[in-house]
Amino acid sequence: MTRHLEELVAPIALIVAAALLGTLATLSTQTYFVDTLVKVSIVVALYVFIGNSGVLSFGHISFVALGAWTAGVLSVPAAEKGAIMPNLAHFLVHRHVGNLTSLVLAAAVGGVAAFVVGVPLMRLSGLAAGIATFAVLEITHNLLTYEERVGPGQNAFSSVPETTGLRQAAVAGVVCVVVAFVYARSRFGRLLRATREDAAAARAVGASVYLQRLVAFTVSGALAGLAGGLYVHLLPVQVNSVYLDLTFVTLAMLVVGGSGSLFGAVVGALAVSALDSWLAVAENGTSLFGWHVDLPAGTAEIVVGSLMAVVLILRPNGITGGRELRLRRRPA
Amino acid sequence: MTIAFLNLDLQTIADGIALGAIYALMAVGIGLVFGVLRLVNFAYGQLVMAGAFALALASQWGWPLWGGILFCFAVVIALSIAMEHLVFRPLRGHSPAVMLVATFAVAFLLQNIALLWFGSLGKIATSLAFLNRVWTIFGADVHKIAVVAVVVAAVCLGLVQFLLQRTEIGLHMRAASMDFATSRMLGVRANRVVSFAVLVSGVLAAVVAVMLTVQTPLVTPDFALRDTIVVLAGVVVGGLNRPIPATLGGFLIGFTTGLLGGVLPTNQSQYLPTFVFAAVILVLLVRPRGLFDLSKTVERV
Repeated sequence: MTRHLEELVAPIALIVAAALLGTLATLSTQTYFVDTLVKVSIVVALYVFIGNSGVLSFGHISFVALGAWTAGVLSVPAAEKGAIMPNLAHFLVHRHVGNLTSLVLAAAVGGVAAFVVGVPLMRLSGLAAGIATFAVLEITHNLLTYEERVGPGQNAFSSVPETTGLRQAAVAGVVCVVVAFVYARSRFGRLLRATREDAAAARAVGASVYLQRLVAFTVSGALAGLAGGLYVHLLPVQVNSVYLDLTFVTLAMLVVGGSGSLFGAVVGALAVSALDSWLAVAENGTSLFGWHVDLPAGTAEIVVGSLMAVVLILRPNGITGGRELRLRRRPA
Repeated sequence: MTIAFLNLDLQTIADGIALGAIYALMAVGIGLVFGVLRLVNFAYGQLVMAGAFALALASQWGWPLWGGILFCFAVVIALSIAMEHLVFRPLRGHSPAVMLVATFAVAFLLQNIALLWFGSLGKIATSLAFLNRVWTIFGADVHKIAVVAVVVAAVCLGLVQFLLQRTEIGLHMRAASMDFATSRMLGVRANRVVSFAVLVSGVLAAVVAVMLTVQTPLVTPDFALRDTIVVLAGVVVGGLNRPIPATLGGFLIGFTTGLLGGVLPTNQSQYLPTFVFAAVILVLLVRPRGLFDLSKTVERV
């Protein structure tokens, strides 16, 4: 467990560095840094399942959405609930919890949902798994859009206390990284990676592909739920902000960084976020090395989309090659 | 003439069949490329979207109908050839998951280019609006487009089937979709087969674009996005590896959504995606290789 601790230290150092950089920024640009750190949590959650199992999932943003709904519904001040969520189910109307509790509950709901979904779905692999997880995303989106008993429907979660600041987002990011690291080093993580490399050989030595995938799916669902809780405490989440676009951006981050490693997930999230945020700022006009830059709206998505396609074509394992960062060991 | 069951009338059934026919064409377009490349083209809907914008622009410029349709075909075919050269070709041989994510990226890219170019409000294609009128057949009102869609789809499917079964290039395509490596050894030219499959699938996308713009004249950057997701699910449910099951899957899911969308009251039909995708998951669990795959081959070590 203690060998190659730099594999844990490097991603944490990156997160801390990003947070420290954020403290230097003005208040308006600070939001971009917090948003980046929340995205790091989502991408690490994706890595726990996709990276270790090698199975594609388009469904994880469902768990982010459920986490956001859980934390959001329980955090909107009682006085405002009637305005945003007039049709809320009776038992939810008077429930109210504090910030930390809402995040823990978000993670719990994400984990339970992932477990429930995973029990049937983890039998599938390849394309069938891709389509089935996509179907989960569609179902979640559809239900949350119209089911006004559990949330605001198509309204935004306004007036949720905006408690996700730099510190909280960074701490949560570090928590996600530690969980992902401990999982990957555990017996479960190692068995799952064995099934990724060669399912038949892993079965032959007694690993249950189904069970190992289910464990990873549940853990990553919980992390995704936590990230959703953070997200709703950052900005007024609406049902379309936890749907296709977020799925695309987070998958792009994982793939660009390299889905095979935790380091790749964090590097990808930070790199793509940095580019994305800078372009978003540039769309409103900014200056770079003395040049005035004013890009048309929508440039950010186009650049990120092209970047993802180019990286996939030239380096299908991502910019880190899917490897952890390792310091060279000195010859004895 | 109302059948006394679930207020199901002939018009609803005809619209359901028409949607099924259009989805079947999309399924064939996706299935042909999958057959030779083992690549699920998530960006197929954006080809349709591009064609729809071409039609909308043509009607805005006051072009005659045939000019607009020609323009639509030209745009879609050019775009699909470009896609093949710039994305599919360099990706050849990568794992299916990587290719799926890559086409996902292309879809997102094209959609945002359209957003930048035309704005989120979209444009209206009016030149084919006359097909939305109704014909009275045996006392029942049927949208003209429903009849046209079914006829056009039947002709297209017949042509594709003829192409696959009766021509040399079709033989090569079938061979390539069974075993790409072996067919290459036996003299099938890979690039030619792939280019041809992409071309045919592009033509089908253009046909779909023409027919979808009749039903939905407002063309926005996310035009055909939802349809593609539903068709992809239908194709996987039908069984991706062979054209006829894939077509059936596409038809089935289109017919079901069209019919239920017409029959159910709004407070139930808003949950239609939930039912459809739950059914998709169920089918995948029971028959992961597809609903219509009757073979019992198991992957061996």
